[in-house]
Amino acid sequence: MSTTLPHAPLPADRAEAAEAFEDYKPPLSPGHAVVEANRCLYCEDAPCTIACPTHIDIPTFIRKIATGNIRGSAKTIFSSNILGMSCARVCPVEVLCVGDCVYNHLDQPPIQIGKLQRYATDVAFAEGWRFFEAGAPTGRSVGLVGAGPASLACAHELRRLGHACTIYEKRDVVGGLNSTGVAPYKMRADRSLEEVEWVLGIGGIEVKTGVELGRDLSFEALEAQHDAVFLGFGLGPDSWLEAAGSELSGVEGAVEFIEGMKLGTPDVSEVRRAVVIGGGNTALDAVRELVRMGIASVTMVYRGTEERMSGYAHEWKAGKLEDVKALWQRQPVGFEGEGRVTGVRCVKLGQDRQPIAGSEEVVPADLVLLAIGQGKLGELVSGLDGVTVERGRVVVGPDGATGRPGVFAGGDCANGGKEVVNAVAEGKAAAQAIHRSLGGN
Amino acid sequence: MADLTTNCGGIVSPNPFWLASAPPANSGDQVMRAFDHGWGGAVWKTLGTPIQNVSSRFGGLHYKGTKAIGFNNIELITDRPIETNLKEIAEVKRRYPKHAVIVSLMVETRDEWQDLIKRSIDAGADGLELNFGCPHGMCERGMGSAVGQEPRINERITSWAVEFSTVPVLVKLTPNVSDIVPHGMAAQRGGAHGVSLINTIKSIIGVDIDRMVLEPRVRGLSTNGGYCGAAVKPIALHMTAGLARHPDFNIPISGIGGIASWRDAVEFLLLGASSVQVCTEVMLRGYRVVEDMIEGLSNYMDSHGMKTLDDIVGRAVPSYSEWGELDLNYETIARIDPETCIGCYDCVVACQDGAHQCIYPGDNGARVPRIDESECVGCNLCQIVCPVPGCIEMVEVENGYPPATWNQHVATGAALRPKKGAH
Ligand SMILES: Cc1cc2nc3c(=O)[nH]c(=O)nc-3n(C[C@H](O)[C@H](O)[C@H](O)COP(=O)(O)OP(=O)(O)OC[C@H]3O[C@@H](n4cnc5c(N)ncnc54)[C@H](O)[C@@H]3O)c2cc1C
Ligand SMILES: Cc1cc2nc3c(=O)[nH]c(=O)nc-3n(C[C@H](O)[C@H](O)[C@H](O)COP(=O)(O)O)c2cc1C
Ligand code: SF4
Ligand code: SF4
Ligand code: SF4
Repeated sequence: MSTTLPHAPLPADRAEAAEAFEDYKPPLSPGHAVVEANRCLYCEDAPCTIACPTHIDIPTFIRKIATGNIRGSAKTIFSSNILGMSCARVCPVEVLCVGDCVYNHLDQPPIQIGKLQRYATDVAFAEGWRFFEAGAPTGRSVGLVGAGPASLACAHELRRLGHACTIYEKRDVVGGLNSTGVAPYKMRADRSLEEVEWVLGIGGIEVKTGVELGRDLSFEALEAQHDAVFLGFGLGPDSWLEAAGSELSGVEGAVEFIEGMKLGTPDVSEVRRAVVIGGGNTALDAVRELVRMGIASVTMVYRGTEERMSGYAHEWKAGKLEDVKALWQRQPVGFEGEGRVTGVRCVKLGQDRQPIAGSEEVVPADLVLLAIGQGKLGELVSGLDGVTVERGRVVVGPDGATGRPGVFAGGDCANGGKEVVNAVAEGKAAAQAIHRSLGGN
Repeated sequence: MADLTTNCGGIVSPNPFWLASAPPANSGDQVMRAFDHGWGGAVWKTLGTPIQNVSSRFGGLHYKGTKAIGFNNIELITDRPIETNLKEIAEVKRRYPKHAVIVSLMVETRDEWQDLIKRSIDAGADGLELNFGCPHGMCERGMGSAVGQEPRINERITSWAVEFSTVPVLVKLTPNVSDIVPHGMAAQRGGAHGVSLINTIKSIIGVDIDRMVLEPRVRGLSTNGGYCGAAVKPIALHMTAGLARHPDFNIPISGIGGIASWRDAVEFLLLGASSVQVCTEVMLRGYRVVEDMIEGLSNYMDSHGMKTLDDIVGRAVPSYSEWGELDLNYETIARIDPETCIGCYDCVVACQDGAHQCIYPGDNGARVPRIDESECVGCNLCQIVCPVPGCIEMVEVENGYPPATWNQHVATGAALRPKKGAH
């Protein structure tokens, strides 16, 4: 773990506690990796590569595993995606590369691309291989807001092109949601920090933690200090459910709760029954995490139907196998309890999504997590000439440019909330656009 | 049920599957276990003056995660005393009278041949196999392939053996020659009752790229060895068919080389072998593989209405012709079944880079490739790379030209269809 990185160290017991969140997709052994790599058909213009937002040359990196050229394999991965190590773990591959593997059209399992990517990148990390060097200094500098995947990918690419970078991060912890949000059985916070350290190893990226745009730093000052600006501040806090009793203790935002769990060890010893409100991917992560924390009964309460839930079907299938229960077509209308929550009052919804009269019931719960979305932070820049903010998102062109010269954006704050791999792709594309805007080619 | 009874040059066995002379037929205990599994015969590990072997002895050619598609060895003939071997041969014959035990021999002088042949026959050998094939170690001592590569010596020693023997004599040929025919003919002139082929092919199986030493490594050195296993089958088939189709060659063939399944065996039988021998597949997977070999062959014969091995042996030999006799006006093109195509584009890249640039990515992003049939030369490459069975078919096209071979074209000016893809 980091020794030089300016972030608060994780509590001493954290790495150990994280072991409780055993890998949900265990790594491949070297022998298995070679067997799996040899199954790959080495497709031309491969559909998996097209499906990967960072367009990693998948057949090439897999072939290199098959021939024993692991170093070359890792280089192929990182050349397209500098966060290839965390992406290998956190990507919803079922709907990305693996989902488009041609084997899906044969009666045979698709190639385990994520696991092979993890195999090669884990070896690279274990061996301490580095592949990229900073470009010749251009004398230009770029200020980046947020130390999440989008800014990290952007800064790394900018360094390869020779531009100086400063990242401003409001938290003490770097890595964005990879460190604070992604389920620990996919990506542990300590691995995320290790990855940030590795990315920063290219040199010339200054990280200033505890600096929040709009509080500690004005946009004008930021713009004045740099030749270009990249906005990668992600999404805001959990959306809140304004209903009677929502102030009770034990009612928490899901993302906030997850952050506490990734960076520390929340005390859930008194919790017997947990309810998660929502049906998206954050809700699905939260229920599976609560199960792993040893909570006996975990229920997801969602206003839609199982068929139309917004979370990934493969994740819900796994949750069901872990004994997560669900109440569909339920709308929470209030919270019961005195001081601490004891239950969620819900009403059933009909097919027309309207409450059914007299259908109220109380679902007992001593912990309720709200996973009904995250606020958008676009207003941080909404007043600026040339910058358009639409429903909280910073509007950008395909290369991340806003309407204001020298100001670019990418990742969740611009796409409204997608995956780490999208943030990486957008951050990298923006770096190349910034380079062009600074006169490079 | 087809009758698999085999008669190869007068050596009779319940089926055509014999163990080749090699480690699986090294001792009485092994051969008896093999017979229990169903093997019809065994060619005993070559007898001669017992030798001293090195360690290690074997190397494998591994390809894309599949181990030992090819195999090589630097071991020699038996390292066990002749008396021990002969005693065990007698024991096997006593307990398995219906199975064929063929004793492989390799010695130097006329007297030695006479002595060992007599003792082998006394022990109960149903036949003899003269090892003129070993490509390493023994040939440097003037035996093995040193004999097999010299038709006059081959003929002389064969005639000695035939003179001394009261049982059929097979001559095992080496593939380390440019043309197998003179060597088969030499054995025939010497009076052999049949030939066995192939023995192993001179080879270096690989190099340990970290130690920078050949494999298999014996301390810091190694030497060339004998290559065998699945990968050598095409070479063995060529040599088998080369003898089988020769008008003057008319003694039986025991086919050997890369036989790993009943399908391989069927190919050898179709190309003229009347028994088959297996070494590497047994070394890798054990005697038990014979069950499927017997069953598969039997089912195959039943489904083709074949009653005895006479109905199968040599059936494909007439199809082995000369290039000049092939019909140049016969035309095929590749056709892709859009229903089963999975869109991997392996055919596209193969055709673009390795063939005739007539397969293209699908139109409008569709993943089914498009074939320009006016340019397709019908080479088969795409069908060979396509991972989906039956997805690419080579279909015959009618082009209006009557059949014409190169020989006919040269002799009579027979019209040839316009060339494709030759611009
Ligand atoms: C619970 C949860 C689980 C997820 N699971 C997955 C998953 O399994 N796989 C996957 O691919 N994706 C997952 N995602 C989505 C993924 O984490 C994001 O898409 C990705 O992290 C976006 O990267 P980013 O750099 O745009 O933003 P973030 O990762 O959010 O990083 C933004 C950074 O900006 C900082 N910041 C915010 N405001 C300011 C400010 N004013 N000044 C300075 N700094 C600021 C933040 O502290 C943060 O560090 C998950 C998201 C959540 C919420
Ligand atoms: C380890 C080993 C030892 C062999 N020893 C002999 C031998 O002593 N005498 C002989 O005639 N052939 C010997 N051979 C050759 C085999 O009998 C056989 O001709 C050859 O391996 C090809 O058959 P296969 O592809 O089924 O292995 C040996 C082969 C191997 C692999
Ligand atoms: S980055 Fe993600 S989507 Fe792209 S290949 Fe790797 S695992 Fe698949
Ligand atoms: S689509 Fe599947 S088989 Fe083809 S290159 Fe990608 S991983 Fe390999
Ligand atoms: S190789 Fe076969 S499956 Fe692949 S694109 Fe060509 S026809 Fe389709």
